[in-house]
Parts: sequence; C-alpha cells; structure tokens
Amino acid sequence: MSGRAWVFGDDVDTDAIAPGAWMKGSIEALAAHCLEIHAPDFARTVKPGDVLIAGRNFGAGSSREQAPQALKHLGIAAVIAESFAGLFYRNAINLGLPVLVCAQARRIDAGARVRVNAEGGSVHDESSGKRFECEPIPPHLMCIIEDGGLLNHLERRLAREAAANEHKESP
Amino acid sequence: MLQTLAQKIVARAAGRAAVTPGEIVTCRVDLAMFHDSSGPRRLQPMLERLGATVWDPARIVLVTDHYLPAEDEESRNIVRLTRDWAKSAGIRNFHDSIGICHVVLAEKGHLQPGLFAVGGDSHSPTGGAFGAYMFGVGATEMLGVVVTGEIWLRVPDTILIEWDGRFGDGVSAKDVMLFLCTRFGLDGGRYQAVEYAGSAIRALPMQERMTLANMTAELGGQTGLIAPDDTTRAFLEQAGVHEVDCRPWHGDAGAPLLEHHVFDAATLGPQVAAPHSPANARPVAEFDNVRIDVAYIGACTGAKLEDLRMAARVLDGRRAAPGVELLVAPASRQDQEQAHAEGVLGVLEAAGAQFLANACGVCAGYGRRFDADQTVISSTARNFKGRMGAPSTEVFLGSPYTVAASAVAGRIADPRGLLQ
Repeated sequence: MSGRAWVFGDDVDTDAIAPGAWMKGSIEALAAHCLEIHAPDFARTVKPGDVLIAGRNFGAGSSREQAPQALKHLGIAAVIAESFAGLFYRNAINLGLPVLVCAQARRIDAGARVRVNAEGGSVHDESSGKRFECEPIPPHLMCIIEDGGLLNHLERRLAREAAANEHKESP
Repeated sequence: MLQTLAQKIVARAAGRAAVTPGEIVTCRVDLAMFHDSSGPRRLQPMLERLGATVWDPARIVLVTDHYLPAEDEESRNIVRLTRDWAKSAGIRNFHDSIGICHVVLAEKGHLQPGLFAVGGDSHSPTGGAFGAYMFGVGATEMLGVVVTGEIWLRVPDTILIEWDGRFGDGVSAKDVMLFLCTRFGLDGGRYQAVEYAGSAIRALPMQERMTLANMTAELGGQTGLIAPDDTTRAFLEQAGVHEVDCRPWHGDAGAPLLEHHVFDAATLGPQVAAPHSPANARPVAEFDNVRIDVAYIGACTGAKLEDLRMAARVLDGRRAAPGVELLVAPASRQDQEQAHAEGVLGVLEAAGAQFLANACGVCAGYGRRFDADQTVISSTARNFKGRMGAPSTEVFLGSPYTVAASAVAGRIADPRGLLQ
C-alpha cells in the first residue's frame, strides 16, 4: 500500500502532535487536533496509509505516548525522519507505529506517493521514482512492531511463561 | 575497563561488571515513578487486559500533579481514578497534591546515588542530580516495567559538559541550560547520557543541580547526571536518608567520551529564550524592548525553594509593574512552607504575586492556559508554540531572577542591577 507524504520540518514537538488542552479526553478528540498548529487541515484530510516525513528530532518534548497513538489513530503508516527524539522513538515502537531514520527524508516532496518497507528499511517515492535507504529497526524492536506493539508482545511473553510453568509443574 | 558514571550505574542494574556503549542490555529497575496523567489512567486498562499485577509496589512512587487543581469533571475523574488505583495496587509511596513529581521525589528521599530509575514523565532526568540514572518513558513502556520490573537500554555514550570557575551573581542553572540548548540544539544530547561537572557545578545547591538535570530533556539527552558529593549527602540527610555512599558513583578519569565540552562559568550572563523554543536563547539585553503581560514563576524547573529565593532577592521592596500579572506556583508544599518560614513568600506577596497550586499548572498546559496574544516571561522549561496558551501566545523563558526583574520593569529585564 502506498500513501501520500506529509512533510514537516525539524524539532516537531509532542505539544504540536498531541496538544495538552486535549490530553484529558479520548484519543479521538485528541487526534482531531494532531499537528493542527503546523497543518490546520491535517487531521481532517489525512488518509489511512499516509506517511509523515520530517527533519531532525521528530517528537521532541514530552513522554506522552498519545503523540504516536494519535498518528496511529489517524492511520499514519510510518514516520520517516532524519532523526527522532529518543522518547518518541521508543513510544512509537511500543505502540506498533513504524519509525524509520532516513538521512535523505527531506528529498521527498509533500504530496508525493510513497511506499514504505519497514522490515527492509527503505522508502520508495513513486512520484519521483527514487528509493531511499533507511537505518534498519534493530531486531529487538522489530519483533515488538511485528507483534503489533509492546502490549501484545507482553501478552505473548506472559502466555509463554505461563505455559512453561505449567509444563514444569505437570508430572 | 574505564567507565563513565552512566556506564557504572547501567552495569550494576544489568548485573554486569562492565558495559560498553552501544550494546543492548536489560536492566532491573530500582524505582518507577508516574503521575496522574501518565500513570493509572493509562496503566490500569492494560494491566486488566494482561491479567497482571504490579511486580513490586514498594518500588513504585505515584504522584498527583498534572490535573490539579481539578477544575472540570474530566480532571476530577482522572485524579479520583489515580487515588483508587493507589489503594487497590497497594502503593504506599503515593504523594497526593503535595507538589510536582520530580521535586516531591527528591524531598521524600526517593532519589539516591547509583539508582536505576524510570519515570512516566520526560523531565525524569531530574533524578540524575543525585547521581541516579533516571529517564522518561511512555505509559506502555511503563506497563512493561510495572509488570516485569525490567527495561531494555542501549548503553549510552557520555557527553561531558564542564563548567569551570564561578557563575556570576544573578546567573542560574536555567541560564546554563538555555545556553546549552541554543548552543547544541534540542537534539544536542543525542539521546545519550549528559554529565555535568566542573567547579561551578560542584558549587551549586541540589535544587539548582536538579534544574540542570531536568532540562537535559530539552537538550535531548536520555539522562543528565551529576556525580554525588557532600552536597548530595547533606540534602539526603535532611530528607531522612542516612549513610549514603557516594564513593562508587563517579566516572573514571580517562573513560572514553562521545563529546567533552569545557566552559568558563564567569563568561555566562542571563539568557532569555524567545518563542517558540528553549533553543532560541540570547543574552537578556537583546530583549529589553519586549513588553510583558505576565511573569510566571512555576514548574519543577522554575519554582523550587531555590527559585523562589532568587525571585525574592529581586522583588524585595519592589512591586510588579502596573498591568503585569505576577503568578507564582511553588513547586511543592514543603518548598512553599519553607519559603513562608524564611519570609520569601511574604516578599513575593508584597510584590503583588498571586499564588497558584503546588502543581504543574500552566507549564503542562493541561488546565489553566495563557490567553491569546499575551506576552509571557516564564521560569519553566518549554515554550513550544501553543503549549501554554494559544498559538499566538508569546512565551519567553528565563531564570527566576530574570522573570522577577521583568515583572518589576514591565518588560524583559536584566536582573543583575536589582539583586539584594
């Protein structure tokens, strides 16, 4: 599936992605204001499968995981950035939102059709025909994304441990 | 093997003799802190889904601070849920409505040298002021900690930032951090461990060290560390923690560093960060034509006892200029009581200050917010567009000295001529 590229600059902060005034309500209400200070129509016009492109330090600021959660809620398929704030990066992985570091991210134009290969670590700009390599997501994090996030990952781990214990206890 | 302070703490938590930057390790967590926003309201539904319980209630510290004062139904529900969960999960370290988590954690003696800790808040590096490796995590990652007692970590490299000599009078930790954010950028810390050292840092009291470590979040480090010493020990004694051993918790001379920067403390003057980034700082003199509507002294990084004392040194015998709202939200009840006992609170009151709750307040932007088109100078950590008010609200950041001096002048002002 390919999606439309939304392009943002450097140091996009979590207050822009998940505005504080809406933090106490539902994710639906919060997501409706996602990135509105940079792109007022974003939440209204973004389509499932669309891709966020950004510069350096995407997700700077707060630990609020509602930031990647809001992007996921809106159907964003992946965020491709020159770099990420560490806390946002961990949160995105934990919620199963692919985040890829790509030194050439800014060569993708707003509105381009892009196809992201998270496992392979590449992004294909179908509008220009160019393919950009991304830094691979480390294996210990890729398995969290493959499980659909840390909650599912923990559920499986606990089930495995319970099964192992049962096995030990049976005669 | 020569190791930095960060490596030594991580190695201990990972059950290893030594660790190398870049390797992925699993650490046992000594302390997990979360608050009313990041905590039970997010964790409880996930714990229920997993059918899991808390791995060790004694290692959890829960604080209410973000949705206080709870002025609407949604906020009241969040605070109620937090209190109910504390009871049902058996959390004895539940600090309810007594101040901002990072400040309360310190004054209750929870932060100790060598500790490996996580917090459900981005300003959790504050713990590094005590020589603890502490960093912020999101709620789902906190769920992992709460269920397993463990967390993965990429062993960090260390960026050593030394300040030699002495800071001038009227220059504070906030000026240091605004300067560093501007010099190195909001990602200057590269999500590694930042260690602050040098004679000027060693001369700082604990709460100033906390401001440095706290704003490592703005500098983009994972944690910000200061090697513990007699100042640390004395603070902990007062908090009821005795016989603290600081000796193991320092970096080895010659341990490999990612970056090493040395600054002369005497050359730093008061800094002001223009909207909308802590990395927009310039010397205060460059802003002296900026008229202000509000002077805000608040937050974990700007309204502790030391911060209130700084403001009082400027405001003693003076009043906020006509038309300027001077708002003070002391960071904790204990700091407020001590400020009252010292006469600091009286000075602020006489200067026309209005006092707000011992909570995150306008800094978090979750409750009361500044009006559209207002110009604010604030002792808080972040002035991102729209965070504390409308997109048109202009928030400048400065030290408590500078905020107080600006309140008096009605425009952004250098505090150094007003110190008493």
